[in-house]
Amino acid sequence: MIVGLFNYWIVILMMMLGFYVVIAANNLIKKVIGLNIFQTSVFILYISIGKISGGTAPILTEGVEIYANPLPQVLILTAIVVGVATTALGLALIVRIKEAYDTIEEDEIYLQDRTL
Amino acid sequence: MSHLPALQIVLPLLAAPICLLLRKSSLAWLLALGVALCGLAISIVLFHRTLNGEIISYAMGGWEPPWGIEYRVDRLSAFVLLIVSAIAAVTFAFANRSIAREIPLQKHSLFYTALLLCLAGLLGITITGDAFNLFVFLEISSLSSYVLISFGRERRALTAAFQYLIMGTIGATMILIGTGFIYMMTGTLNMADLALRLPGVMDTNTVRAAFAFLIVGFSIKLALFPLHVWLPNSYAYAPSVVSAFLAATATKVAIYSLIRFIFTIFGVDFAFGEMPLQVILILLSIIAVFVGSLSAIFQLNIKHMLAYSSVAQIGYIIIGIALVSAVGLSAGILHLFNHALIKGCLFLAVGCVFYQQGDATIDNFKGLGKTMPWTMAAFVIGGLGIIGMPLTAGFVSKWYLVLAALEHGVVGMIIIISVLLGSLLAVAYIWRIVEAAYFNQPEAAAIERGEAPLALLIPTWILALATIYFGIFTQLSVDAAMQAAQSLLGGK
Repeated sequence: MIVGLFNYWIVILMMMLGFYVVIAANNLIKKVIGLNIFQTSVFILYISIGKISGGTAPILTEGVEIYANPLPQVLILTAIVVGVATTALGLALIVRIKEAYDTIEEDEIYLQDRTL
Repeated sequence: MSHLPALQIVLPLLAAPICLLLRKSSLAWLLALGVALCGLAISIVLFHRTLNGEIISYAMGGWEPPWGIEYRVDRLSAFVLLIVSAIAAVTFAFANRSIAREIPLQKHSLFYTALLLCLAGLLGITITGDAFNLFVFLEISSLSSYVLISFGRERRALTAAFQYLIMGTIGATMILIGTGFIYMMTGTLNMADLALRLPGVMDTNTVRAAFAFLIVGFSIKLALFPLHVWLPNSYAYAPSVVSAFLAATATKVAIYSLIRFIFTIFGVDFAFGEMPLQVILILLSIIAVFVGSLSAIFQLNIKHMLAYSSVAQIGYIIIGIALVSAVGLSAGILHLFNHALIKGCLFLAVGCVFYQQGDATIDNFKGLGKTMPWTMAAFVIGGLGIIGMPLTAGFVSKWYLVLAALEHGVVGMIIIISVLLGSLLAVAYIWRIVEAAYFNQPEAAAIERGEAPLALLIPTWILALATIYFGIFTQLSVDAAMQAAQSLLGGK
């Protein structure tokens, strides 16, 4: 139960950790990190789906007949690119927020918006 | 001709980097406008070809579906493509003058690049027949809309964009998880193929979990209460033209994807029979109508007000969909179309005010009935549409929504009462603007500034006239919505 589904337990653990950090963190960069962990857990989920017991990496080689399913890996390459773009954009926004508010703590930004 | 479905996406996608290279604001604008007009022409042709029920299937790169990525245009997607590209053409025409006062000149070409990417993403979501491809286009449109929002003049635009980025990414990742689960069970990502294979594995927790993840993910993207918190600030602090474009298209396309997943992929029996989706959607939508309309009444910033009004209007659309009858579904699709026109018109009118007055709080509207008569007339027409006055488009869709609710007994009565109360609340928040504009003396500075330039008034009035046209000559929009609903419910 635990050993057989080891990957999926890790996925759930990471997903919940990442999600919690996104919600609970006050620092915007920590939020982005949490978002990354959340997304990474989904990448592992996809890769685990594509695993076939006894199969090797999906590269044509002599004497190997069982391969892992390459499709989820390709999909996740795309999703990783999306994740990188999201992170980059998030960090760029944080840089500009820092310039505009002089802080990247959510509660301080909230206070500044309130007092105006 | 046979490559039209691909061109619909490829044109804006290719034009986006070219815009970046052009650098000059007016050139980039002309290119973006040209592409939007071409997109409109293509979507009109596609719409005509699907009128008789034909389904256009296009194998991207020559890889046959279900292995390759399929672009699939049926009645519903052709209708939504038409809405998105028409709104894009109108708002892009508005953009040139509008952003001149809102965005620094050196960033204009970047702005048009993001705008075209967003358009490509939204059209892509609508046209694709592949579940994973939908996720990719969703992220293209989302990432570019975060950028577009952050172009806003105030620093709050940055925090609004960041909040939207966090929530949007969580939503998109949930859609990714759901897609992964259904791929796990069926081994396919093509929507038509999924619809064939899913019934065999319906009775598993994996599919139920997939369904839940997908519904929550799309609900975040379409801003269903209580997942709407990203929407008001994003629309309020984005540049005017972006507010108009996103309000009229982005949430609509997310609603389209929700319809696609519920009705085409999972099927009505699973979504509403086995899963308690109907209760949840109707309950949340009714709350959305009240919370949205009530919050709208208390907003001082008019863009904020319109954004909260969007939350309420999305509630009406989802009520229609959740009624699962042919009339209800077509009311939902029809309101999707009508609300895009109406909200586009309202946001553009506010854009005109923003252009002339420099801001869009209720104080800026004082006396505008005299100094900006054309802008305010367009705003009033849009306002009547939101309220649902007869002879405007808003009335037609609310009428069908009430007709659909009549078939549902007690629940139907509650829905009808909420629709009526929601309309009354809409009267309240629209009236505040009318009162400020027509029953106050304009300030000296406002008299001097006068009416908005024609380049802004013409796009606004195109949408205002469309609001009236589709309120009187309902045949085109009602037929398209009815047929789309029927093919979703029956013709699988």
